[in-house]
Amino acid sequence: MTGVERIELWIGALLTLMVYSFLYRDNPFYKFAEHFFVGITAAYAMVLAFWNTLMPNCFGQIAPSLVGHVLPTAAENPANPVRWIPLLFGLLLLARLVAPLAYLSRWAMALVIGYAAGANFTRYLQSDFMGQVRSSMVPLLVRDAGGIAYGSSLSNLVLVAGLISALAYFFFSKEHTGMFGRASRFGIWTLMVAFGAAFGYTVMARVSLLIGRFQHLGRWLGDIF
Amino acid sequence: MLRVVSTVLIVLLAPAAQAFADPPSPPPEIRAADTPHDRGRSVDLSWSPSASEESGGVTRYVVQRAVDRPEEFHAVVTLPAGSRAYTDTSVRDGVSYFYRVRAVGPAGESESASAGPVRASQQWFNPRKSNLLVIAAVLIGGISWFIFQASKGRRLYIRKIAGIEAIDEAVGRATEMGKPVLFIPGIEDMDNVQTVAGLSILGNVAQLVARYETRLEVPTRRSLVMSVARETIKEAYLKVGRPDLYNDAMVYYITDEQFAFVAAVDGIVVREKPAACFYMGAFFAESLILAETGNSVGAIQVAGTAMPTQLPFFVAACDYTLIGEELFAASAYLSNDQKMLGSLKGQDVGKAIAAGFILLGVALQTAASASGNGALVNAARWVSSLFRINP
Repeated sequence: MTGVERIELWIGALLTLMVYSFLYRDNPFYKFAEHFFVGITAAYAMVLAFWNTLMPNCFGQIAPSLVGHVLPTAAENPANPVRWIPLLFGLLLLARLVAPLAYLSRWAMALVIGYAAGANFTRYLQSDFMGQVRSSMVPLLVRDAGGIAYGSSLSNLVLVAGLISALAYFFFSKEHTGMFGRASRFGIWTLMVAFGAAFGYTVMARVSLLIGRFQHLGRWLGDIF
Repeated sequence: MLRVVSTVLIVLLAPAAQAFADPPSPPPEIRAADTPHDRGRSVDLSWSPSASEESGGVTRYVVQRAVDRPEEFHAVVTLPAGSRAYTDTSVRDGVSYFYRVRAVGPAGESESASAGPVRASQQWFNPRKSNLLVIAAVLIGGISWFIFQASKGRRLYIRKIAGIEAIDEAVGRATEMGKPVLFIPGIEDMDNVQTVAGLSILGNVAQLVARYETRLEVPTRRSLVMSVARETIKEAYLKVGRPDLYNDAMVYYITDEQFAFVAAVDGIVVREKPAACFYMGAFFAESLILAETGNSVGAIQVAGTAMPTQLPFFVAACDYTLIGEELFAASAYLSNDQKMLGSLKGQDVGKAIAAGFILLGVALQTAASASGNGALVNAARWVSSLFRINP
């Protein structure tokens, strides 16, 4: 193990222990790790946004020859004056800092929200609506070479009953009473069963993360002793 | 005997030997056309196989391209033998291109006729997605109809949602205990509709907080969310006549990094000990960490998310959870905004149509599977194709 690797191992192990100390109670070690983590990541996010977003997508497109001195890939493309528009909207967001012009920032926010709503509409309509409706059209009686495939038929029946009853639960225009109410209650039970399965599955994944951290601590202890 | 064997070998191996001796013959036909129904910057190429391919005389095809004139061709891509088509996505709209496809074998490279000129262009309408257009039109039509009805004064009925009553209760409890209310509008940016719904609920919570003169804390992971949250809260305080209580410091940005944000929020929870915690928006792996920490300080917790993988954690660790679409319904219900209520009713129409088509599709598929009748099989396929996602 090189000296640099040893330093990395120690920093990782000590910060892990500091964070895990929160399991006992809030304490100065946890506070240190928390503020250290927040400070470093906030600065890193800013640097990342500047070099990965602002420079190549905005300044590098507006003035490629100028930015090309520090970002060589920017000089490969011709100037793209259209990029002045997002820059202008970005500056409008900063208008919040000047009280009399603060209202201008709402235009930029409206653009972001409006664009997101429009762009997401067709995406969700395809994946969450059309795709799911199509894949739910399954036969309740499945045949195979040997006759009726009872297992597949039962699976499809559970799928369709669970889906239709869950849809009933998420129907807001009608009071959940009578037959409709019973279907809706079956729907919420179906959802809870699904949540239970998902909970167990995810807990298993989290345990693997914990094992990863323990392995790091194990390497650290191995280095000490 | 030896002569006979050598004659047979010569007869058998002659074609192969010939194939390796001469350069392969060129693909006899090359076609180049603008990719149909696309957003431009794409040309489709196809060609017939070289006559030498069958005898193993072709190992690859080289696609070449020239700009403006059929001269000075440059290689675009090399494809394995057996390839018949290629889509060139490295072109610019409105520029004339010429293409050649050369067959390359052990004995060299073929000549090639050129195809072109071809120009890439963008089409406004993709007829393959007509079904998407019709479904979108039906949904938008339903939503517009209910918004129109609401604007004419018609009362739109929305059923009660359990988690909504809990919001009043939670803020009231925080007021009685003299402790702050913590609101996390998810960890995603403003381009996520769940964040928008979460901020809409924040507006209602802020009105209650302003009315009861309770303290509100809103840490955010995205700077744009912080700006919108400030606007939302300021408006809420103005609405209830308490702009004097508002200050920008109640909404603050922490960091963009997911788990650093969680570490900071956990710290805030154990130090400030809020009496009510709201988690409304899009969450990922941090959902259980946040909810467990809130639970450990005895806060009443109301969550709402449409992230299916995180709902189990909120259901387990929070007092009330708005499940999936209830989050959007709650924001419409609380805001009492006629456009949002109309939109919710329109979505119900969409759900009813979806349920109807699913049941129809299931009935046809079942009947087709049970009877094997060709007409039923075709009918089931046709209904299913209405919802096909075409590229």
